[in-house]
This record gives sequence, C-alpha cells and structure tokens, in this order.
Amino acid sequence: MTPVLETRGLKKVYPLRSGLFTHANLVAAEDVSISIPRGETLALVGETGSGKSTVGKCVLRLEEPTDGEVLLEGKPITGLKASEMRALRRELQMVYQDPLDSLNPRHRVGELVAEPLWLHGIAPKRGVRSEVERLFGTVGLGPHHVDRLPHQLSGGQQQRVGIARALATSPKLVVLDEPTSALDVSVQAQIINLLRRLQAERELAFLFISHDLAVVSLLAHSVAVMYLGQIVEAGPKSDVLERPFHPYTQALISSAPVEHPTEVKERIAMRGEPTSPVDPPAHCRLVPRCPFAKPICSQVPAELVEVVPGRSTRCVRFQREHRNGEWTPAPERAADVVVDLPELVPAPIVDPQP
Amino acid sequence: MTTAPLLQVRRLCTEFVTPSARLPVLDNVEFDVNEGEILGIVGESGSGKTVTALSVTKLLPAAGRVVGGEVLFRGRNLLALSDRQMNKIRGEQISMVFQNPRASLNPLLPVGVTLEQVLRAHRGLHGEEARRISFELLADVGLPDPARVLRRYPHELSGGMCQRMMIALALASGPSLLIADEPTTALDVTIQFQIISLLKRLREEHGLTLILITHNLGVVAELCDRVIVMYAGSIVEEGPALEIFDRPRHPYTLGLLASRPRVGPNGSLAGIPGQVPDLRDRPPACPFHPRCKYEQDVCHEQAPVLEQASPGHRVSCHFWREIV
Repeated sequence: MTPVLETRGLKKVYPLRSGLFTHANLVAAEDVSISIPRGETLALVGETGSGKSTVGKCVLRLEEPTDGEVLLEGKPITGLKASEMRALRRELQMVYQDPLDSLNPRHRVGELVAEPLWLHGIAPKRGVRSEVERLFGTVGLGPHHVDRLPHQLSGGQQQRVGIARALATSPKLVVLDEPTSALDVSVQAQIINLLRRLQAERELAFLFISHDLAVVSLLAHSVAVMYLGQIVEAGPKSDVLERPFHPYTQALISSAPVEHPTEVKERIAMRGEPTSPVDPPAHCRLVPRCPFAKPICSQVPAELVEVVPGRSTRCVRFQREHRNGEWTPAPERAADVVVDLPELVPAPIVDPQP
Repeated sequence: MTTAPLLQVRRLCTEFVTPSARLPVLDNVEFDVNEGEILGIVGESGSGKTVTALSVTKLLPAAGRVVGGEVLFRGRNLLALSDRQMNKIRGEQISMVFQNPRASLNPLLPVGVTLEQVLRAHRGLHGEEARRISFELLADVGLPDPARVLRRYPHELSGGMCQRMMIALALASGPSLLIADEPTTALDVTIQFQIISLLKRLREEHGLTLILITHNLGVVAELCDRVIVMYAGSIVEEGPALEIFDRPRHPYTLGLLASRPRVGPNGSLAGIPGQVPDLRDRPPACPFHPRCKYEQDVCHEQAPVLEQASPGHRVSCHFWREIV
C-alpha cells in the first residue's frame, strides 16, 4: 500500500554569510528518507538542533527543501505551485508546541477552528457553528468553550483547540511538533490519550516530532532518531527503544532520569557539548561526543545501513566493510544482531571532569 | 540526631496583588530543610513551588508579598531582616540557580568578569587569588579549559555550559544552602543527565544542601532525599523520596505518578482529569477536590490539614487512610 507520506533524500541547507567572501552552510537536514503508512505514527526524535522540526516544515512545505522529494500518497508535492499546494493543504495539517502562541489572541477559539472550514469550503455557512461544536466534542471540549478567547483557556484546553483546528479539514497527515512538551504532566497524559484515540478512529498518519522518548514510546509505531541533521537510527519503535544500535540512541535512552529512587541504570553519557551544524564533516557527526569513537570513525563517511529489514543505523561499526567480514547468517531480526565488538563497551563515565 | 534544621519555614502565606484582587498564592506552607540533604519541591504550573523559593529568599516580584509566617535560617527570621542584611545572606549563605541559565547571566560581560565580581563582593578576593579560585570553581562544575571559558560571553556558551557557569557562580560565595529552580528543564536530556551527575557529585564532595524545585519526578528520583508535593499553593504531601514513590498517600501524588509516560508497555496513560487550577479561581476547602476521584462532601466544606501518616510522612487529605 502506498504510504501516506514519504520523503526521499530530503535536504535543507541554510547558507550563512559571515563576511564578504566567506560562506558557510548550516546543514539543518540531510539525506532524510522516511515513510508513514496510513493510521501510523512515525516519531522523529532528537535534541535541540537535530533538524527534526526542519523536516516537519519541509514536509508541509512551510520551508522549501534544498534537495530531495516529498510524496503525499505517492504523488510528489515538492514541485507544486503555491496555488496547487493550497488545495493539498486540506490533507496536511500541523499542531504546534506552544498552544497559546499558535492561536490568534484576538479571535474566539471557535472562529479559529471555523476558519479552515470556510477557507476550504467544507461546511456550508449556516452549518459552521454546529460543525465547530462537533469538532470541539471530538477533542473533549464543550460547546460553551466555542466563544472563549485563547487566554481564557488552560494550556491543555488550548492544545485541544489546536488539535480541533488541525482536524477540521479531515487531513490524512498531521505533523505534531512537540505537542505536549509545554503542558503539565497530568494534562500531557490527557492529550496523549486523545491523540491515540483520534488516530485509531480516523486512521490518521502522524509525523510526531519530540525529544521525549517516554512520550514517543506511547504514541509511535516507528522511530527515526536524528542527530545534527541526519537520521542515525530508524526502525520499529519497540525494536529501537529496547535494542538501540547507535551510540547516540543508547545515550538518549540511558540519559533519561530513573523512574524510581532505587532504580540503578546503566548509563552511557555523551561527552562534551553539542557540535555545530555549520559545515559538518562528511564522517560521523557524533565523533566529538561519542564514548565509543575510534580512529576509523573520522576517516570514512558514515552511511545509513539497513542492518536487518526495516531497521537501519548510521554507525561505522555496522558498515560491512569495516566489520571483520559479513554477518553469517544474515540476521533477520534485530535480536539476532550481535553487537559484540569490544569497543562497544564504554568506559564508565561519571560527570566529566577536566 | 537533634541538630536544628538549616531552614525552617513556618505558616508561610504569600499573596499577589492585582488591581482588582488580592490573590493568595501560598497557603500556610511549612517545611524544614536539614543540613546536607536534597529536598525536592514538586508540582505543576501554579502550584506555588517557585513562589515558595522567592518568598524564602525575599525575591518576590513587586506584586507579591509575604503576608504571614516565618522563615528561620539558622534560627534567624529572614522576613524580619532589612534589605541590606538580606543581601548579605543571599550573597553569602543562600544562592539560587534558575531555569534559564543564559537569561540569568549578564550578556554584556565575559562570564569570568561576572564570577570575579561575585568573588570580590562576597569573599573580598582580588587578582591572582580570585583567578585561582575561579579556576577551582570551574573545575568543580566540570568546565574544561577554564582560561578560555572565562573569557567567553554567555551567548558563546552552550546551554549546558551556561548552567554549569550558573552553578559555579552560585557556589562562588560558599553558600550553605543552594536553591535550584528547574535547573535542568531547559536542557536537552543528555545535558540534563550531565547536570544531575554534577549536582550528585557536589553533594557527595561538598555536602551541599539543596532545595530542588522541579516538575519532573524523574529528576526527583535521581537526586532527592525528601520530597514536598505542592498543589495550588499548599503542601499536599511530604515525605522521604522512597515513601512518596512507594506509598503515596495523596490522590494528587498518586495521579502525578500515574501520569508519567514511560518507555515500555503500551497501555493508555492514567492522567488526572480536569485542569490545573488558575490562581484566580482556587477551589475552596481542599484545592484538589474538583479533580479527585475520592472526593466527597467534606472535601468541599473543610480544608484538610497536614497529618502524619508515618514518621516524616505528612499528607493533607481527609481520606488518606483509605488510599493505599
């Protein structure tokens, strides 16, 4: 079946001009290929500056990708004119991180949800109010909320309005950019449950952008981990979270705080500070921070390798030519992959001291 | 052991004054901080955790004022001190670290100059000696290459480095109490882990006493000896960290623990129904009753008081005995 969304080799570069003759390129995203089937969620996971939001914007063509293709249900949308794109906007919607910032403070929230309805000619003029109330009902708001202003609602209610607005056009794909990270924990849980229910009812495809692996584990079907503009690991959610291949994924998972005071966790810490995305090297971008880095890592390009079907990683250790021979037999499941190179045992890293 | 607590907060009440109303923000907040312990204050937005810290250090914004209670630091009531005396205490005895480290550093000065100012003002150190202590402080907080870092401006440092710098500044005067307000919230998870490790090490090596304000129960599990849970300006539960995680007695604490998303099994999340209450309309009697599944008539009529559930474990709920 054709996936709802597919990107092929998506790239976004921002040229920086620092002097008259000096040019530098900020590579926000590079070689990003993802695919989301109907009714499923792909989580793009990464930290500040990893390029996850850039990918979300390129998918919606809020940013023009420098290179690569975006396909909606198999049809390329990267080359479309603005007028052609407008008709497609019905199918592509977005929910933003800060619910208050993304709602016009002078409009009643009902009007904000009504706007896409009349822009796309979805509901007849007289039917708009009842359609808005129906949408409010779907996201757990009452008809009495329709006439409120955004600041009169709590954070969780504002985010429900944002979701209602995204659903108004019955989209096929919704890009969720950190939709719960500005919310209180007790309210975040409600929104996560709401998104799960809506997806099940409407077979929505979600591109879920997040830095929080715990939230990802609740919402996602598959995961792509990004570091400095590149996907460094991708695969089915439980596979990636339970058996991460890439050192960065391992560090992300092991850096999350413990859940209970007595829990003892094996920790893999990244060294030092995040690297700059300006003119990144061709080799593995994690080298300066990776506790497992060895000389080969900065000598050859790091390529995304499919280690087992559906499961890929961008680490030199998994590139066949740098392993001692092939995998025999070729592994079919992630659990069959032997990650037994001695270098993969990190030195115990406590807080780095100079 | 019978040594007196380092800090004793008694019946602290704070309100915010707006043109149209006086809004109570803290309602009879009472707790102790013992020497050498890490006390976590947990709550969601509007719970009063930050206002508690600002009331204790007398750093409330103009609209806020303490209207009752005592804050005893080594037996002295801070609320009765003059601004001048309080400045001295804040510089030398109590330090604070805030959520957004870059916003708390002077953007016009290299961080080394800021650090020297602190050392001069509070410890009378100059020149070579100030420089030597600066280097030691940076080493303490795990900042490599101190000579280079000290020349940098805040915008040239990453978020994690800024937060280490803030902690170095807070430690510069050799305080006996550090108050950290969401010190890791603005940081990425790998950097958050570095800062948590740093605070752990400082506690082990220097016997740091810390009040850690956070909404993140994971950070509490990593660091805290004792925990205070706040809701809508009141302490609803207080106890040793293990007790709070293993035997929570307040429905709100139970709800918070159940709301945490975790990596693993794929069930639906419990959450807490309803919304975090707004300051302007704090529910009467028990502030949690509109969201509470144990709620009965008495919860609307009578405010519960903190009762001892077990030694060191206090809870403010009419029905705590029934909650297991």
